Amino acid sequence: MNNWRDRTLKSMKFQGMLLPVLSLLLALAVSAIPIMLAGKNPLLAYYEMLLGSVGGQIRIGVSLTKATPLLFTGLSVALAFRSGLFSIGAEGQLYMGALGGTMAALYLPGLPKPLLITASILAGFVFGAIWGLIPGYLKARHNTNEIITTIMLNYIAFWFISFLVHGPLREPSAMFSYTYEVPDAAKLPILIKGTQLHAGFLLALALVFLTYVLIKHTSLGFQLRSVGSNPEASHYAGMNISRNILVTMALSGGLAGLAGVTEIIGVQYRLSDFFSPGFGYDGIAVALLGANTPGGVLFASLFFGMLRAGASVMQRRIGVPSYTALIIQGLAVFFVVIGFGIRMLRAEKQSKITVMEGPQ
Amino acid sequence: MDIIVQLFGVSLFAAGIRLSIPIIAAAIGEVFAERAGILNIGIEGMMLTGAFGAVIASYLSGNPWIGVLGGIFLGGLLGLIHAFASIHLRISQIVSGIAINIFALGATTTLARLIFNEQRVQVAAFKPLAVPVCSDIPIIGPLFCQHAALVYLVILIVIITNLVLFRTTLGLSIRSVGENPKAAESAGINVMLIKYACTVFGGMMAGLAGSFLSLVQLNLFVDNMSAGKGWIALTAVVFGRWGPIGTALGSLLFGMVEAIGLRVQALGLPIPHELLLMLPYLATFFVFIGLVGRTRPPASLAKPYKRESL
Amino acid sequence: MAKQVQSMLEMKDIVKRFGSVIADDHVNFDLRKGEIHALLGENGAGKTTLMNILYGLYKPDEGNIFLNGDTININSPHDALSYGIGMVHQNFMLIDVFTAAENVALGSWKPGELSMDPKAVERAILQVAQKYKLEFDPAALIEDLPVGVQQRVEIVKALYRGARILILDEPTAVLTPQETEDLFRCMRELTADQVSIVFISHKLEEVKEISDRVTVLRNGREVGTFDTQSISEREMALKMIGRNLDTTPKPPRETQARNFEVENLVVWNGGDQNTRRISFEIEKGEILGVAGIDGNGQLELANAITGIHPAKQGKIIIDGRSINASQQTPFDFTRFGGAYIPQDRKNTGLVLDFNVAENLMLKQFTRSEMVKKGFLQHKVIWENAARLVKDYDVRPPNPELELGKFSGGNQQKVILARELHQEPVVIVACYPTRGLDVGATEFVCKQLIYQRSRGACILFFSNELEELINISDRIIVMHRGEITGSADPENVNVESLGLMMMGKKEGIA
Repeated sequence: MNNWRDRTLKSMKFQGMLLPVLSLLLALAVSAIPIMLAGKNPLLAYYEMLLGSVGGQIRIGVSLTKATPLLFTGLSVALAFRSGLFSIGAEGQLYMGALGGTMAALYLPGLPKPLLITASILAGFVFGAIWGLIPGYLKARHNTNEIITTIMLNYIAFWFISFLVHGPLREPSAMFSYTYEVPDAAKLPILIKGTQLHAGFLLALALVFLTYVLIKHTSLGFQLRSVGSNPEASHYAGMNISRNILVTMALSGGLAGLAGVTEIIGVQYRLSDFFSPGFGYDGIAVALLGANTPGGVLFASLFFGMLRAGASVMQRRIGVPSYTALIIQGLAVFFVVIGFGIRMLRAEKQSKITVMEGPQ
Repeated sequence: MDIIVQLFGVSLFAAGIRLSIPIIAAAIGEVFAERAGILNIGIEGMMLTGAFGAVIASYLSGNPWIGVLGGIFLGGLLGLIHAFASIHLRISQIVSGIAINIFALGATTTLARLIFNEQRVQVAAFKPLAVPVCSDIPIIGPLFCQHAALVYLVILIVIITNLVLFRTTLGLSIRSVGENPKAAESAGINVMLIKYACTVFGGMMAGLAGSFLSLVQLNLFVDNMSAGKGWIALTAVVFGRWGPIGTALGSLLFGMVEAIGLRVQALGLPIPHELLLMLPYLATFFVFIGLVGRTRPPASLAKPYKRESL
Repeated sequence: MAKQVQSMLEMKDIVKRFGSVIADDHVNFDLRKGEIHALLGENGAGKTTLMNILYGLYKPDEGNIFLNGDTININSPHDALSYGIGMVHQNFMLIDVFTAAENVALGSWKPGELSMDPKAVERAILQVAQKYKLEFDPAALIEDLPVGVQQRVEIVKALYRGARILILDEPTAVLTPQETEDLFRCMRELTADQVSIVFISHKLEEVKEISDRVTVLRNGREVGTFDTQSISEREMALKMIGRNLDTTPKPPRETQARNFEVENLVVWNGGDQNTRRISFEIEKGEILGVAGIDGNGQLELANAITGIHPAKQGKIIIDGRSINASQQTPFDFTRFGGAYIPQDRKNTGLVLDFNVAENLMLKQFTRSEMVKKGFLQHKVIWENAARLVKDYDVRPPNPELELGKFSGGNQQKVILARELHQEPVVIVACYPTRGLDVGATEFVCKQLIYQRSRGACILFFSNELEELINISDRIIVMHRGEITGSADPENVNVESLGLMMMGKKEGIA
């Protein structure tokens, strides 16, 4: 009875993968317009962007480095969304994760490298998980809307970190407000010499795979999907809704926390309040673009990483500003969302048969 | 004692009113959208776009009122897009709103750089207007009668919308759509039109709020300048139990918190200013937690509505 | 006989399709002034669709509508109302948080009329209400009014808007026998005043009692229009389903040990001061029918027994195991041999986004052969699904297909497969045949009878008295959260049953 697996691959899944790709192409096409208005050749611009993203080892390294935090936050948000929780809190969770990881790295002296790195990463995960559990608990216990709570916690986390790095944790002699640099023993190993690509990328890949296994092949994943789709029926089936919410928010928060800690011990080596240019919110874009699936998140994060890596080169070589990448991203998300809506609408029209209790 | 006086003087309340206006404007718009059953998470993006549009329009025309129109127009446009996505395509209203926020952030940041080229360009903005006679009265004067024209406009809107929602047939229609669109449809009310109109109105008000940010409070456009005010507006709606007056009062509360934070900073009190800047969000967080479970939103809020016929 | 009476309203050759399903296939329908014209057919026959077209909620794909000889176009309920056509739907179109007066007046204003004078509205409402004896308090909130009174508000709403043609869609579904009599009395008053009524129903006795003419629909096609006096119930049934009404044979049973008990359960939360206690027991292999109008605690009772929403106090005893009712959980209910066929298939019973296989294993998400050490065993899940789909005749027999794509009858079969295949000790079935056509209904009843002969205890909620009498071994009646009486299906007195449904208590037999 293994042919059902083959059939599944050919069915909606494939169609579902097509849509984000189409949206990206459409976004690129539409973004060509402002490029042309600025007097530059879009095809040339995109070519330079492509070169800048995958042209050579160094550039690939840059792309993957930029994709790494997005992989984590994308998974974080996708997991939450899939479980029916509209958590917008990845940004705050990654800040708290960064805080936890940095403190572990700075204040656990004497640990050998592998242990220190592990401790730091664990701390990052835990801090992020806790920050996710706060709105999770409120939702599980009091059905408090998670959209508002997570967003407010984002701002609270940000200002808290800001306070810390301007005050108690600040390195006094530094030019900007940030902490001391983490010791070498805490820095993640670099994967490609001459780039910033760090082992956090491998961790992210591993987590993509683990998330896939979780969702498709475990009972927990089954429950998460069930609760996300229909909490009432899941409750009758015997699933513990509160527990599911807590587990989801803990995992989701932890994943985002990993984004924060790996960015610090992998790239920036110091905690500051400007270390994240919005990775958490980008994670939402990545999740939407990736249709909340681990594979989709992988695809979308790589794309965004390539986009940003290529954009800076494009700016240098052609003069088309790098923030064009922002427009492409925004449009891609936009088109994907509209696209899914249209597809659902068409599917509904076809299956009108279920509205009527027609003859069997 | 001296500090208390300095802290809680009249000008603090005046500042509170001023800071709360963008929240009030956005929240009033959201009241109408939600009363018609549409949840607009994209307020934040619409405010930001409105702020941007206002700056552009004011820059091009040299007239702040044209700027306001520009902001309202762009906000309304995004509102129309959200309406189309939510009502016609029946996309999850939350997803649509989030997508709009992402798009707005990217678009405004990019276009601002594109047009202003990293320069902080000042544009024609609103100056405080002293209402004759009223502004000379001690205490009342500086508190109520020395604000920019937009402030009075927004307050007027609050009063009018309250009347409309609760005393007119239009208001009854809107509320029926939010409670039970099928029943409204069956009674002959044009449910689609009302949902669209209220959502677009919500967008326009968010755009107005944004205009206020960029033309009254700051005189220029800064990346992501809405800074979460849209989210606070969403909370104010719940706080005000989906009524304009209550919502305005809730927004005022948040405005006051922000004003206190700024004032404490200005007075040089030994409280770290990051923590003060955190105050409005902290306050919103706790108010929101306290509210949930005690309030009842419109029954069909955020539920996709399908007209039976196709 | 020459046609003496001219028809006021004619619907000619109406065709309505939904995707590939033809809901109405060249249907003709006419209405005379002052008549009560019944529209008879089983669920899915196309009756409601036809009337939704008349009321402007649907647009016909083909066909025309004539009013007094002129072709009219009805594009919305607004148009319908302007032509004097009003409709009272099966699910009331009322706003719970508005007052009755606001509901009646909703949408009745003319364009440009900014506000209404509440006193004038109230006066106009009272005028209509008193004329036809449909009284209610205009200032009351709908959510505070009992269902029978809500229906009056719906009828007055249509009349207030000037309706001279009134469409009533299955109005007696939510009424006790006595309230039904009141409704019929009101209908006669209306027709005496030359209001024409379309009475949609699938209940033969009522159609026979109240209507002047009856049009029978079957599978979207018009079987014919008849004078009610000249056609018998049996003939109507024959035309309605194409064959004789088949009552599922129920094998006789002997008294057995009780295997399911409920003791002093307190579930009612209808805003009353008194806590109402429920106690009853079911023997092995017995079907206990529960009669009663919707909303009198049935859902609360089912939720309490299954643990979805535990009772405040009391005991539940399944197969000798006694459980404190306030601690009941759905997980334990299943674990101790419970099965539940919920009233609301789509929200409580199934995850529509999941496919058949996933729905079939929904309750077995931990520690069964489907899950080993937390990992799903896809092969076992698939095999289980393939087998059940065949045994329970699910169509199409594709376990990969999402539940949202199946018809209501097949969705119900999936629920039955999941709940019944594990040989449950007790089955709670809530309105299991609601919304299903005759074929599916028969299947459900057959399954329940089979489980009965297997020795299961079955609690069967229904508001179709005929069905209850056919299926149950014993009947109890619920009203506002307590049991008001019981009856023996073999010698049942419908009138006393109706009284019990309205609250008059009888000695528990």
